[in-house]
Amino acid sequence: MEEAVKSVVPENEEYVINMGPQHPSTHGVLRLVVSLKGEIVQNVQPHIGYIHRGIEKMCESITYPQIIHLTDRMDYLSAHINNEAVCLTVEKALGIEVSDRVKYIRTILSELTRIQSHQLFWATFGMDLGALTCFFYGLRDREKILDIFEETCGGRMIVSYNAPGGLMNDIHPNFQKRTKEFIKYFRKTIHEYDKLLTGNVIFQERTKGIGRVTREDAIGWGMTGPVGRASGFSCDVRKHNPYSAYDRVTFNEILYDEGDTFHRYKVRMDEMLESMNIIEQLIDNIPEGPWTEKMKPVIKLPEGEYFQSVETARGELGVFIVSDGNKNPFRVKFRSPNFVNLAPLNIMSKGSKIADLVAISGSLDLIIPDIDR
Amino acid sequence: MEFSIYDFSSFTAWIDSSLRASMSPGWATAVEWIIIGVAILLFYAVVGLFLVYAERKVCALMQNRLGPNRVGPGGIFQTIADLIKLLFVELVPIKNADKILFNLAPYIVIIASFMAIGAIPFAKGLHAIDLDIGIFYLMAISSMGVIGVLLAGWASNNKYSLIGAMRSGAQIVSYELSVGLALVTMVVLAGTMQLSEMIEAQRWGWFIFKGHVPAVTAFVIYIIAGTAETNRGPFDLAEAESELTAGFHTEYSGIKFAFFFLAEYMNMFIIASIAATIFLGGWMPFHIYGLDGLNKVMDFIPPFFWYIGKTFGVVFLMMWLKWTFPRLRIDQLLNLEWKYLLPLNIFNLLLMAFLVLKGWHW
Amino acid sequence: MEKKQLAAIAASHAPGAVVTEGLQFVEISVEPDQLLKIAGALKYNRETLLDLLVSVTGMDWGQELGTIYHFRSTTFNHMIVLKTRVSDRENPEIDSLCSLYNAAEFHEREVYDLLGIKFRGHPDLRRLFLDSTWGFPLRKDYKDDINIVAK
Repeated sequence: MEEAVKSVVPENEEYVINMGPQHPSTHGVLRLVVSLKGEIVQNVQPHIGYIHRGIEKMCESITYPQIIHLTDRMDYLSAHINNEAVCLTVEKALGIEVSDRVKYIRTILSELTRIQSHQLFWATFGMDLGALTCFFYGLRDREKILDIFEETCGGRMIVSYNAPGGLMNDIHPNFQKRTKEFIKYFRKTIHEYDKLLTGNVIFQERTKGIGRVTREDAIGWGMTGPVGRASGFSCDVRKHNPYSAYDRVTFNEILYDEGDTFHRYKVRMDEMLESMNIIEQLIDNIPEGPWTEKMKPVIKLPEGEYFQSVETARGELGVFIVSDGNKNPFRVKFRSPNFVNLAPLNIMSKGSKIADLVAISGSLDLIIPDIDR
Repeated sequence: MEFSIYDFSSFTAWIDSSLRASMSPGWATAVEWIIIGVAILLFYAVVGLFLVYAERKVCALMQNRLGPNRVGPGGIFQTIADLIKLLFVELVPIKNADKILFNLAPYIVIIASFMAIGAIPFAKGLHAIDLDIGIFYLMAISSMGVIGVLLAGWASNNKYSLIGAMRSGAQIVSYELSVGLALVTMVVLAGTMQLSEMIEAQRWGWFIFKGHVPAVTAFVIYIIAGTAETNRGPFDLAEAESELTAGFHTEYSGIKFAFFFLAEYMNMFIIASIAATIFLGGWMPFHIYGLDGLNKVMDFIPPFFWYIGKTFGVVFLMMWLKWTFPRLRIDQLLNLEWKYLLPLNIFNLLLMAFLVLKGWHW
Repeated sequence: MEKKQLAAIAASHAPGAVVTEGLQFVEISVEPDQLLKIAGALKYNRETLLDLLVSVTGMDWGQELGTIYHFRSTTFNHMIVLKTRVSDRENPEIDSLCSLYNAAEFHEREVYDLLGIKFRGHPDLRRLFLDSTWGFPLRKDYKDDINIVAK
C-alpha cells in the first residue's frame, strides 16, 4: 500500500483515496489510487494485475486450436470477435481461404456480439451515473441475443464457436429466424434507450464536456474503438483493413469531433444501429457451402511472424503469432484495446471532480481481464 | 355517542370526556398525551415499514421485475424480516468517537420527524396539535434534522463520513430555502398559516387549481426541493457515493442505522403529506361548486382515505423520480438551487402576491 | 503503397538497418542504439508518417532478448515493423520510445514486467501486473515449480 500511495505522491493538502479492486463502479478488478485536493482529482494511478492469468505464456505450451478457448476469456463481451481474430491469423499463416458461408456467419455473429456488448455498456453506464433502471432494461434486451448464442454456439457468453478453418459446427436452423425477430424487436426498443438516458438533461450535464480527448492525443495514446472515433480518429478496422464479409456490406463509420464522455456514449448508441443494418444485409443471403475447411489434425504454422487485427466492441485487437514450425506457437501477443485505453485515464481526469472520474472511466468501457490477460 | 368516520371529533371528544370523568384534569391531560404519543409511534412504525416495502415494489415495477414476493403473501412481511435482521447486527463501537454525540445523532433525526408528524392533519378532527402558526412550525422542525446529520458525520471520527455529512448538510440547508419560499407562496394565497383553516379554505377547490400558474410552479419547486432536502432521488450523491465516500451514516450499524434509514423514508412521507395538505387539499374531497351530485359522490369517501390517497400519490411521484433519473453532481445540485430555483421562487412569490391583490384567483 | 516502394523509402531513412519484405509488412531490424533515431525519422518524415504505435511485443529469442514494434500510419494506412535485439540477458536495456509515442508508456512497462528489459528514458518504469518479488515469466528459462507444470 505504501508503494501505491508513494506512486501518487500527495502534497500537503492532498489526500489519497483508494477505489479498491472490489468496487461497484470499476467494472472488474481495477484498483485506482486517486489523489484529491478537496473535490478535484490531482492524480490517478491504476493498479492492474489482479486477474493476470498469463494467457500469453500459456499459449506457448498449447496447440493453435486450444488458443481459441483462452481468447474467449480475455474480453469476454467480445468473445466471438476474439476467437475470430486468432482463427484469421492462423488461416492467413496457412494460406487457407474459408468459404463464403463461414465468412457471412462469422460477420453476423460478430455484429450480434457488438450489439450485446454495447447493450451492457449502456446498462452499466446508466447504473454508474445513478439511473439504476437502465441496468435492468439493458440486460433484459441482451438476454435475447444470449439466447441466440446459446442455441447456435452452445454458450451464452463464452462461445468458442470459431475454429481455424471455419466453425465448430453449422448454425442451428432457427438462427436466421430468431435473429430477424430480434432485430425487429430491438429497432423499436432502442428508442426507449434514447428517451431514458440520451435526452435526459441531468445525464447530459454530467457527461457533456467531461474528459475531453483531442484527435492528436487519441492517436498519440493509441486509443482505438469508440473512444478514438468519438475524438475524430477514424480507426475502424472493418473499414480500413476489411476481413471476413465486411467488404461486401455497406455501413457508416461513426465519427464525432468533440471527444467528450457524451460522444463516447453516443458513438456506441449509433454503432448499435449500424450493426443492425449490417446484419440485415447479410442474414437472408447466407450462401450454402461447407462450414469448415479440411484441416490437418495437427496444425503447424510455417516459420514466421503473422499479425491480424480485428475490430472488437472496444477497439482494435491485434493478434501477433511468432511461429518456429512446431505445433505450439513460439510467442503469441495480444494487443488488447482496453490496455491501451486505460493508460490515458490519468491525463483525462486531471482537474475534474470525483464524480466525473466515475463517468469517464465508465465511458471508456474497460474490461479488466482484457487489460491483464 | 355517534361515531362517524367522516368526523373524528366526536370520537376524540368522547375519549376526553370519559377520561375527565374518571380522573383529575392533570392526569387526564397526561393520559391523553400518552395516547397521542403511542398512536403517533404506531403510525410512524407502520407507515415506515409499509413505505420501505412500497419502494421496493414500485422500484421493481419500473425495472421490469417482481420485487419481494416470498416473505408472507405478496412479500408484505419483507420489511419486518429486514428489521429483525438489523436488530441482530453487531453494533461496532468506534474508537475515539465522541460517544454521546455518536449515540445522540440518530435520535435527533427521528425526534425531528416525529414532531413534524404531530402537526399534520390526518382527517377531520384527527389533528394532534392545531397551531395557528402551523406552517411555520413545520418548517422550523424539519430544519432540526440537519443537526442530526452533521453530528453523525462529526462523531464518526472518519474523514469520509465528515465530508459526506458536510455535503448533505449543505444540500439540506440550501434546499430548505426553496421549500420555505414555496410554502410561503401558498400562505400568501391562503391568508393564514393554520393548517386546519387552510384545508377548510380548499373546500371549493384545491389550492393547486385556485392559484393556477403560481401554485403549479410552487408545487413543482416544492417537490424538487423536498426531494433534495430529504437526500433522495436524483439528489442522493452524498450517500450513494458509496462509490467513494459512504455518506454520513457509514459507521452506524444495526438499530441506529435502522433509525437513519427509517427517518429518511418518514421525511419523504412528511414532505409528501405537507404537499398534499397545502397544494392538494389535505383531507378535503374534490368538490366543484354547484355540482351537487359530484360533491355527494366525493363526500362518500371518508376524508382519511382522501388524505392517504393524496399523500401516497405524491410519494409515488417521488419514487418515480428516483428510479428514472441519473444523479446530479454536488456542484450541479447547489447550482440548481442558488441560480435557478431561488430566483424562480422569488419571482413566483411576487406573482402570487400580485394575483391575490388583484383577486385573479378562483 | 507497394511493399517494394515502402521498403525503399524506409531504407533511405534507416541507414545501417536491415530492411526486408516480410510476408505481410516491411520489416526493419535495427541495432538498439539506433532505435530512437530511426523511429523518430520514420515517424516524422512525410512519406511514411507512422504516427500510431500499435503494439510493442517483448521477445525472448533463446539467446537474445528483443522487442518488436508495430507502427501504422493513419494517413497512408500502411504498417511497418521495427525489430531490435539485445544480447545481454542479465541487464538488457533499450531506449524508450515514450518521447515519441505516449502509448509506449504502458506497453514498455508490460515488457519490463514480463521480460525484464529496462527502457532508458521511460518516465515511470515500474512493474505492471506482478509485484517486485516475481521473476520475469515470459523468458524461456523461467522456472516456477509451483505454478507451471513442466511436461
